[in-house]
Amino acid sequence: MDDIYKEYEGKIPEGIIADVQSSLPDKVSKAQLKSIMQKVLEEYEKSRIEAGEAVGLISAQSVGEPGTQMTLNTFHFAGVSEFNVTVGLPRIIEILDGRQNISTPMMEIYLKEPYSKGKDIKQIAESIKQTEFRDFIKEITLEITEGKLDVKLDLEKVKRVDLSEAKLLKIFEKSVKGFTFKQNGDMITLKSKGKSENVNELYKLKEKLKSLYVSGIKGITQVLPVKREDEYVIMTAGSNLKEVFKLDYVDTVRTTTNDIHEIQAVLGIEASRQAVINEVNKVIEEQGLNIDIRHIMLIADIMSFSGKVRGITRYGVVSDKSSVLARASFETPIKHIMEAAFVGEIDKLTSVVENVMINQVIPVGTGLPELRSTIKK
Amino acid sequence: MAEIFLNGKFIGTVADPGKLVDSFVEERRKGKLHYSISIYHDKTLDEVQIESSRGRAIRPLIVIKEGKPMLTDRHIEQVEKGELTFFDLVKQGVIEYLDAMEEEEALVAFDENDLTPEHTHMEILPLAIVGLCTSLVPFGNFNQSTRLNAGSKNQKQSLGLYAANYLVRMDMDVNVLHTPQLPLVKTIMHDSSHYENHPSGQNVVLAILSFDGYNMEDAILLNKASIERGYARSTYFRPVVTEELRYSGGLIDEVSVPDKDVKGFKSEKDYRLLEGDGIIFPEAVIAEGDVVIGKTSPPRFLSSLDEYNLTSSARRESSMTIKHGEKGVVDFVLLTENSEGNKLIQVRLRDQRIPETGDKFTSRHGQKGVVGLIVETADMPYSASGIVPDIIFNPHGIPSRMTMSHLIEMLAGKTGALSGRYIDGTPFEAEDHNNLRKELASLGFREDGTETFYNGRTGEMFKAQIYVGDMYYLKLKHMVANKVHARARGPIQLLTRQPTEGRAKEGGLRLGEMEKDTFVSHGAALLLKERFDADRTIVPFCEQCGLVAVYDEYKKKSYCPICGDNCSVSNVELAYAFKLLLDELKSLGIYPKLKLKDKY
Repeated sequence: MDDIYKEYEGKIPEGIIADVQSSLPDKVSKAQLKSIMQKVLEEYEKSRIEAGEAVGLISAQSVGEPGTQMTLNTFHFAGVSEFNVTVGLPRIIEILDGRQNISTPMMEIYLKEPYSKGKDIKQIAESIKQTEFRDFIKEITLEITEGKLDVKLDLEKVKRVDLSEAKLLKIFEKSVKGFTFKQNGDMITLKSKGKSENVNELYKLKEKLKSLYVSGIKGITQVLPVKREDEYVIMTAGSNLKEVFKLDYVDTVRTTTNDIHEIQAVLGIEASRQAVINEVNKVIEEQGLNIDIRHIMLIADIMSFSGKVRGITRYGVVSDKSSVLARASFETPIKHIMEAAFVGEIDKLTSVVENVMINQVIPVGTGLPELRSTIKK
Repeated sequence: MAEIFLNGKFIGTVADPGKLVDSFVEERRKGKLHYSISIYHDKTLDEVQIESSRGRAIRPLIVIKEGKPMLTDRHIEQVEKGELTFFDLVKQGVIEYLDAMEEEEALVAFDENDLTPEHTHMEILPLAIVGLCTSLVPFGNFNQSTRLNAGSKNQKQSLGLYAANYLVRMDMDVNVLHTPQLPLVKTIMHDSSHYENHPSGQNVVLAILSFDGYNMEDAILLNKASIERGYARSTYFRPVVTEELRYSGGLIDEVSVPDKDVKGFKSEKDYRLLEGDGIIFPEAVIAEGDVVIGKTSPPRFLSSLDEYNLTSSARRESSMTIKHGEKGVVDFVLLTENSEGNKLIQVRLRDQRIPETGDKFTSRHGQKGVVGLIVETADMPYSASGIVPDIIFNPHGIPSRMTMSHLIEMLAGKTGALSGRYIDGTPFEAEDHNNLRKELASLGFREDGTETFYNGRTGEMFKAQIYVGDMYYLKLKHMVANKVHARARGPIQLLTRQPTEGRAKEGGLRLGEMEKDTFVSHGAALLLKERFDADRTIVPFCEQCGLVAVYDEYKKKSYCPICGDNCSVSNVELAYAFKLLLDELKSLGIYPKLKLKDKY
């Protein structure tokens, strides 16, 4: 039996052979298996894309047409302010352009048991959220005449964030080196150590204090624990995959972000290819549209095959086109033509766009096969 | 301290803005300030805005004080007797004009029944909420506002009697409807705007019914007999104008039948309709290419050489001809002078337009549609009493658009036609349609307006009762005769050698970028090449330098202007537009070198 399977290795993908193996009934003769495998091979060959099919353009059309039906709406999470997500066409454009800074980075943090069942879920969520010193300030006043800065703390808030008062004060004290630090209950007075009562410096300090990092994970501005089926998931606005993975209660297998470049940096190119597929698919499903996944897979392949994610822009994958004319016909033609002229580029006219331009047969579909014959000498 | 702005410019501050506004309005109502100046206190910004600029829409409202209108029965009596005018009421502060900004602070009552002590103004008439065109929509208050908008926009495009003196006018591109009627269902606006002097539609019998597939997507069906009786016939007028221009050097255009030796002389046949003065005679039947006014112009450039040549032969032909796709009859010929004293000739063409498939029609409720089929009368469905509708309207046009007024007008029109009176359909104040139903029932018809109908082709009775009624239908100015266009071959542009663009230039229908993509994704490479062959050219190229070579007709030999005779030249087939691209690159200082290789 195994030798029959072996015979088809390389002709049929391993996965399909394994499928055949697992679904075969117990009693199958060698001859029967042989004919089964032959049929499988035929079916497999039949379902493959034929040579000369314009797969790229068909993918582009298959994504582009439903794109015209998409609505330009922004989805809001009920009840939570400033928690909105770019979806629809703007999001698709963002993904396919391979933007470095996406407009609404978001994470879905899955937790290990028992936390996923809801243990300490609020505290965990709050501890992930980035807090700044401004969150603990009731009042901050700059006394210009006396050259001092009065900071009134909100000690109630300190308790809520699972942070000791002493720890907060320590962080505070550390950041104000060069100033005298005097505490009186919830009132802290800062004065310039040097003789010069530089108001300017105090003002700078005031601004610096406000955005002083205190606790949590940098970049995560909002947290929202939600129950998904029978486990708790933390949704966040803002994303920092690397730091979140360091937390020991986080399920690193399922936790993800919508920032494709971050996935590439942390998990590598294969993961970011999958992220492109997932993110595009998410938008399409949200809009109630239906695009074959293979079109999106092709696009993700094109975006990531070089080893890093690149957008479908004139700086990204389009710049890889070997033909000057093809590049020039996309965007900024003068730039491309001038640059080609400087180095004396040669256009071999091997692709579609160039041949349409000069009105020659395009090397796609019926234009691909050529007739050749050798003349006897 | 509120800031005061006059027409958007800061002019000062005031401590008590409320008092300022009150006294301002009071002075205005006394007539001491012009009625069109408005004042508004924006409480959130604490600004007082005074506006006297032009271009603001202002509208009159009755002033209300302590829940009582300032307008009394005595005022109305005086106005009726002619002792007072409308503007006297404005001067007396009975009626006030508000602009959009001032309306923000006003509480306007719909009518007297709604009045409370808080109200500041009241509508003169509920109908005054909408504009002139919109108030011509009967039962308009039963509709969604978007449909009212569409309905009033459509009315502006309808054919009718646009001006009673149209026969002595020279308007560009106008239509006149042959037998316009007054609508059976009117609004008071029809009376007060003297609609009877310029009606723009006709009353028809309308049935709401599907008919094969010919009234899909808002199409309508016309009864052929109705058209033969003259329904929706119109005349299209278009003038051809030219003048004898004067040029420097005392040269002048000349209106005359051009001589044979004139540059650009067409053919004897094209000039056959011209009379001795070079102008066509009235009632001449003309078609595409015929000359209407014969004219010659002096030569464009006078070089020193030409001056000693035969001068008369150098004149250019510049006659006015009928454009591509046009036909008609010469209606009117006018000879006059323009303001510069040049001879001016205007010839008005007339063309009768009989409704055909593709012409656009509409009711007054934004229910526009194009004629999908003209049905033989014998095939038309008919009612039990033998009534054959003029128009069949598709029922699918109703549910999503919710134009209730369309349905009510049918019922009202039917009642009006049967009882021999006009029905008042003024929005907000129309006759009660429940009463109309009762009246219809008393006239021997089903009160819901439906009737039993029979299939015109088989004689079978329709299972459903069909809703029929009388309606005012409008023919719109968009007629296929002005729009049909197709081309297989024709003129090309000089620069690109590609087909011209647009119907007027007999242009091609572009196979654009996205259409091209569909060919590529089908893999139809050879079809794509053929489609783009419109500017195909064969250009000789020098194989050595890769630039365009020259073919010498006399010597029957190609040579390269750079490499000379000692190089081989090959003919290359390419798009002319690409040759242009190469030329353009050369003008940029880039050397586009073609490396040639045998194809096979």
